[in-house]
Amino acid sequence: MAPSNASSASTVEESTMPETDLSAVNDILEQHEYDQTELIAILLNVQDALGFLPPPALTHISEQLSVPLTEIYGIATFYTQFRLTPPGRHKFTVCTGTACHVRGAVQVVEEFERRLCICSGETTPDLEYGLETVNCVGACAIGPLVIVDDEYHGEMTTMKVPILLRRLERARAEVSE
Amino acid sequence: MSRIQPILSIQHLKDLQASLKEKRDPDLIRITLCTGPGCEATGANDVAEAFRKQIGERNLGDQVEFKCTGCHGFCAMAPVVTVEPPGYCYGGVRPGDVKEILERTILRGELIEELVYKDPETGETVPLEADIPFYKHQHRIILAENRQVDPTSLEDFLTIGGYNALAHTLQSQTPENMIDIIKRSGLQGRGGAGFPAGVKWERAHEQPDEPKYIVCNADEGDPGAFMDRCLLEGNPHRVIEGMCIGAFAIGARQGFVYVRHEYPIAVKRITQAVEDVQSAGLLGDGILGTDFVFDLKVVQGAGAFVCGEESALIASLEGHRGEPRQRPPYPVESGYKGKPTIINNVETWANVPHIINNGPEWFASIGSEGSKGTKIFSLVGKVRNTGLVEVPMGATIRSIVYDIGGGVPNGKEFRAIQTGGPAGGCLPAELIDLTIDFEALQHAGTIMGSGGLIVMDESTCMVDVAHYFTRFLEFESCGKCYSCRKGTQRMRELLDDICEGRGTMGHLDLLEELGHAVNTASMCGLGQNAANPVLSTLRYFREEYEAHIKGLRCPAGVCKALIRYEIIAELCDGCTACAKVCPAEAIEGEKDHPHTINADACIKCGTCVDVCAKDAVIVVSGGGQ
Repeated sequence: MAPSNASSASTVEESTMPETDLSAVNDILEQHEYDQTELIAILLNVQDALGFLPPPALTHISEQLSVPLTEIYGIATFYTQFRLTPPGRHKFTVCTGTACHVRGAVQVVEEFERRLCICSGETTPDLEYGLETVNCVGACAIGPLVIVDDEYHGEMTTMKVPILLRRLERARAEVSE
Repeated sequence: MSRIQPILSIQHLKDLQASLKEKRDPDLIRITLCTGPGCEATGANDVAEAFRKQIGERNLGDQVEFKCTGCHGFCAMAPVVTVEPPGYCYGGVRPGDVKEILERTILRGELIEELVYKDPETGETVPLEADIPFYKHQHRIILAENRQVDPTSLEDFLTIGGYNALAHTLQSQTPENMIDIIKRSGLQGRGGAGFPAGVKWERAHEQPDEPKYIVCNADEGDPGAFMDRCLLEGNPHRVIEGMCIGAFAIGARQGFVYVRHEYPIAVKRITQAVEDVQSAGLLGDGILGTDFVFDLKVVQGAGAFVCGEESALIASLEGHRGEPRQRPPYPVESGYKGKPTIINNVETWANVPHIINNGPEWFASIGSEGSKGTKIFSLVGKVRNTGLVEVPMGATIRSIVYDIGGGVPNGKEFRAIQTGGPAGGCLPAELIDLTIDFEALQHAGTIMGSGGLIVMDESTCMVDVAHYFTRFLEFESCGKCYSCRKGTQRMRELLDDICEGRGTMGHLDLLEELGHAVNTASMCGLGQNAANPVLSTLRYFREEYEAHIKGLRCPAGVCKALIRYEIIAELCDGCTACAKVCPAEAIEGEKDHPHTINADACIKCGTCVDVCAKDAVIVVSGGGQ
């Protein structure tokens, strides 16, 4: 498999990585009864809890399950849902499924890249925004589709990109006031 | 929703169904809101909130039954609400329309014309759902139930006779009988390959090795396909019931539903349904008072297209990277943990209870000579009525695209239809009367796949489509076979050249040669079909490739390196809208005077086209438009 989003270059420096909370990892391992065949589910749960898969967590899981670290990295980089770098506080996910593609998803991705000055798969240096693409989320009838955090926005155009960004920026300004 | 007490016997199930049916007031007006992916994305949850609030405030609880259900199918009208009786279908419903629906339609029985489907040609309104061409021309068996049940309610499913097929199976059938019924029905796997389900079951049944496993493949990875998502989200119990019957037939005690992580609602619904059924005693030990033992576990995939391939799916279930392995042995002999395992797709499982309830002859009477039953397709792309459609196998492309889909919008021409996902192919407009069944599609150079149908018009570049799929497959190739790993990469590079104006006619020969090598030498379904997008477009749209190579022209105006944007001076009124939004500041001109685009600075983002109210910005490729 080609390098997934998880392993692609990120603008985030190692030094900005937050401390890893291993107690959360232990709870998850406990829930899955330290079962090696549950590795993918364990990694998904750890990512849900921590936002991404920090290297110390992977090392810890490797030790606890007696699974070689290489194999865990193998899995974490094989499946596109996993990420090894911290996500942004807000996530833009652009669906690039076929139906979205023929309706102009590429232009939408490029507009986000231009406005955020990052490539798809990256996070802005201030960790505010992350940009990802997904192969298909099954909302093909209303493509091109952009998911902002968990909110779906159908029939996107390049014109609507700055509107979405402005809305989040305004919310951010209100919070900081 | 209240949990159902354990159902202890088949008679108990029947009594419960009868009492649930009795409890249902037939005089209530049923308001049903679709909360499928398309409707949810267009605000169905806010509409639901408004209905609940206002029904409460107006004390209409004894007159109406309001229900949120899975996907009705007609995504182009999202969010969709139906009112029965009389069977009105309202589309594009906003929270603000709820008041009017309750006041006018529910209380006074009036039709709200503005919310009703209008024929795009005649402008005539079609109030009843059953009369809308999109629904009228379908044959809905599985999808029809989506509208009848609240997917989070086991009670609802029991009310429509849910788990009757399982009860019948446990009461009066043997595993051999069940296999015979499925074989006689002619049911073929809906996941793509069309392998006869009964034959697969029989082989698993004959295996002496124990334990046996069954798997529901809900790793719907084909971009542009969302049938399985909508079945799991809309009617998860039908799938569970089908799996229970399959488990009985082959002698499995454990099953798995392998769902994509990208479908969080589907994961949630199927997980809840499994828990409800477990606590109702329809899964576990001694189901319905018989000695049948079966349990289900929901497992999430983590985003790998190749995991739709059965041996890769098993590797993933076992906690490994999803790499396929050489077959034989097939999973029916050596699957999960080396034990006999059958894997069927969501739609296949959903068909099983209907076959038991209605008989194999009924099922075999629907469809074409070689392919039986109905098939659900996701009809998307450049088509007016996007959504999910269920038609008998053997329906023609024309009937799906035109009778149901309403044709191509915006006055554009139907150009091609893509079937079978990334490993499928593109069929040209000339083949519009082709019947869609497993054999006919294969013969035409594509595959049925899981059921994505993507309609393309004259503004779709077929070389770009081939490039898109090849890049997708290059990314998703697991890398195990050299032919697939390297072959998809080289094909993509050749397509890069063609799309960017560096192609030669030699590129086409090389693409063909390489394509055949990739399809022949790869091990799994992904690699064996990886060249289909290239080979089918080369077969049917060769002139488009040649235009890119010889004329340095992209006729559809898509391939960036071969196009430029221009403003037609006669149409431009100098409103400056385009200049204001241009991210490259490439548009110049004074207010109220025609503007021009500086081709050197233009990054071809297309924003000016979107913003121009006069349609004065055009895409030019080669010598002409």
